[in-house]
Amino acid sequence: MIRYIIKRLLAIIPTLFGVAVLIFLLLRVVPGDVVEARYMSGEGQFQSQELMQIERKKLGLDQPLWKQFATWMAGLVRFDFGLSMWTGNPITEEIKLRFALSLQLALMATLVATLLAIPLGILAAVKQDTWIDYAVRVFSIAGLAMPSFWLGILLILALLVFFHWLPPMVFTPIWVNPWENLAQLIWPALAVGYRYSAVSTRMMRSAMLEVLREDYIRTARAKGLWLKLILSRHALKNAMLPVLTIISLEFAFLLGGLVVTEQVFNLNGLGMLFVESIARRDYTLTQALVMLVATFYLVVNFAVDIAYAWLDPRIRYR
Amino acid sequence: MKRLARLLALAAGALLAFPATAQTPRNGGELIFPVPSEPPSYDGHREETFGLIHPFAPFYNTLLRVDPNDPGGTKPVASLAASWTVSPDGLTYTFKLRQGVKFHDGSEMTSRDVKASYDKIIFPPPGVGSSRKGSYADVAAVEAPDAYTVRFRLKEPSASFLLSLASPWNFIYKADILSKDMNWYEKNVMGTGPFTFVEHVKGSHVVGRKNPNYWDKGKPYLDGFRAIFMRDSAAQVAAIRGERAHIQFRGFSPAERDSIVATLGNKVTVQESPWDCILMVGINHNKKPFDDKRVRRALTLAIDRYEGSKALSKIAIVKEVAGVQVPGTPFATPREELAKVAGYWPDIEKSRAEARRLLKEAGVPEGFTFTFSNRGIPMPYEPLGVWLIDQWRRIGLNVNQQVIEAASYFGVIRKGDAQVHMDFQCGYIVEPDLDLYKFLSTDRNPANYGFYKDSVLDELYDKQSRATNPDERKRFIREFEKRLLDDEAHYLMTLQWHRIIPHSAKVKGWTITPSHYLNNTLDTVWLDQPGH
Repeated sequence: MIRYIIKRLLAIIPTLFGVAVLIFLLLRVVPGDVVEARYMSGEGQFQSQELMQIERKKLGLDQPLWKQFATWMAGLVRFDFGLSMWTGNPITEEIKLRFALSLQLALMATLVATLLAIPLGILAAVKQDTWIDYAVRVFSIAGLAMPSFWLGILLILALLVFFHWLPPMVFTPIWVNPWENLAQLIWPALAVGYRYSAVSTRMMRSAMLEVLREDYIRTARAKGLWLKLILSRHALKNAMLPVLTIISLEFAFLLGGLVVTEQVFNLNGLGMLFVESIARRDYTLTQALVMLVATFYLVVNFAVDIAYAWLDPRIRYR
Repeated sequence: MKRLARLLALAAGALLAFPATAQTPRNGGELIFPVPSEPPSYDGHREETFGLIHPFAPFYNTLLRVDPNDPGGTKPVASLAASWTVSPDGLTYTFKLRQGVKFHDGSEMTSRDVKASYDKIIFPPPGVGSSRKGSYADVAAVEAPDAYTVRFRLKEPSASFLLSLASPWNFIYKADILSKDMNWYEKNVMGTGPFTFVEHVKGSHVVGRKNPNYWDKGKPYLDGFRAIFMRDSAAQVAAIRGERAHIQFRGFSPAERDSIVATLGNKVTVQESPWDCILMVGINHNKKPFDDKRVRRALTLAIDRYEGSKALSKIAIVKEVAGVQVPGTPFATPREELAKVAGYWPDIEKSRAEARRLLKEAGVPEGFTFTFSNRGIPMPYEPLGVWLIDQWRRIGLNVNQQVIEAASYFGVIRKGDAQVHMDFQCGYIVEPDLDLYKFLSTDRNPANYGFYKDSVLDELYDKQSRATNPDERKRFIREFEKRLLDDEAHYLMTLQWHRIIPHSAKVKGWTITPSHYLNNTLDTVWLDQPGH
């Protein structure tokens, strides 16, 4: 098991290096740079080339590409992401500010999704082809069909029209004021969690149906075991494998991928930071965010692999 | 629709019936406003975005300011300068400063601080960026003969100089700080303004608190303000509709205004004004057949601006038919005079017939195809782009639209590959020197994306800039406008932007101007029912 873990951990390093090379090059292919975005995107078309060159020199953009890459990599191995080209602030500071919100929202949405998906998926499988199954399927297909940001807009409108109330506009950490915090984040968590649950519910249902048709379940039934016991002890653990993958990957996605939902609810999260850094051609910040999200995906995948091994001994012994 | 019209009338009526000056201001309350953009740094001398002005202007003062009660936004009034004189030759401007003005750290503001600030703007040391250095090219020196006197010596008389000192960007910084670190103000805030800086949470908000030692006694009226960064316009609308925010100082679209008014009824006040921003069509003179002025004239003659204004003002943030100056401002061409310029003729059929004739004469075949480059910003680029393409089709031209991503747009256009493209101009004060600079020959202005040289036009610009007599200046501006838009048709104007600010009726003491960079010091603003 330890050898397996070490092997999986070592595989992360070349993957991250590949991501680093790719994002560095891709960003340079896109036309424009941070200086143009800052001084030529709006009112300031009249800037002299002299000022633009001063700014480029300050940011090291006048250096050859290999040198820029080497400087970045040298910082990266020391976990020094450098400064944002847009604000001049340390990137760790910029990310730290948004990370708490994004992480909490991802956790809350995952909780909402899991609480909905697992019981509903099991119920639909156990009551296959009954009205309960159909109701669950309609519920989950509606979730798949509806973008979470649109549901978010509907939620805001409903709060506004029916209750003349809107969620707070500024993030308060949960340890400062739990009520204020939940009043802001519960709505996007519901909107995102619902869509997220739709995928997991369907996966849970089909995985459970498959497991319920296995011989060992039939044997358990023939032995006269309680259905509850069969489901919890014998079926659920095996049916959870694909659902766990879906939930984990979605969780990793939520950390940096909730751009539109963050916009709709005016949340100061990593998704918005990501999009803004790309639009502003803030190379250093975009690179750091891509590395962060890639690392997060790899860590989550790694954790899922370990969980697989725990849930299914066959993987461990292979 | 009737209900909406009634509500709009009610809101407008409320505004007219209770002008801000007629009521006694009340103290207290926190003004909350969304800001659609966040600045990279705090340095007004360096930055370009209104995202800096809206949350950070209240921490500073400028030497002069634009009269906060003037809806035209063109009258300079005293701010840190108490009074001023101009020498008879127009080359020396002397300002007497207010005494007893304190920075937020308790030190006194003197002429040394004003000189250091303007030296940074006009004569920045190597490595220090100054975005508006070019606007003060006529200044030979800034002097501080005594603690409360500042003198500007000019190389040439300048009609715009006084107003340029009211620029909202020219925050007065402390000389001692600048002498130690010219870039200190990029990451720190310390001025003489009506509010003191409390915090800026990146990506979230800026908080300001009332300055109890403000030099203008009795002001500000507010206890503080909270500027919340909010990129999404739907979220901004929801914030105003849900009464979580009082006002957004940039502007909303007609549909957004209507939705706010429909929800809040008489709890909202709507202020509207022509906006000192315009989208223009740039025509690359290096690309055939656009090197022929007959073709360029045909492009402008095809456009029915009057009908376009009626239709587009319902869906986009554009409205007024305008020449080179914002309608209603001192140097704008009156409508009847503008109607003589090509592209502004009241009879569109006659205009389009002339356009077809010119195209034929220039040898441009029926169905000629060209590419129009537009910027990837929905409002108002998208509706105006669609409208223009339709207008040009009516004179037998086929137009392909190429939409370019916003951030890299001007970088692409500057390369000179585009045939015809959408260009943009947005001023911080309505002033011909600032507004007409865009159209100077490419050797004088690198942002001339028509890539032409026109010495006659340049000469007219210089003449109007030196003309200290307003009537004489007006005459030169008219000639400039006729040459730019008609005789040579170097550029063609679409429609003037229209600024719409629907705000909580509790907000008083704020007057809309044609510029979203002006009137953001918040010293005159107060809240009716501040506790609510």
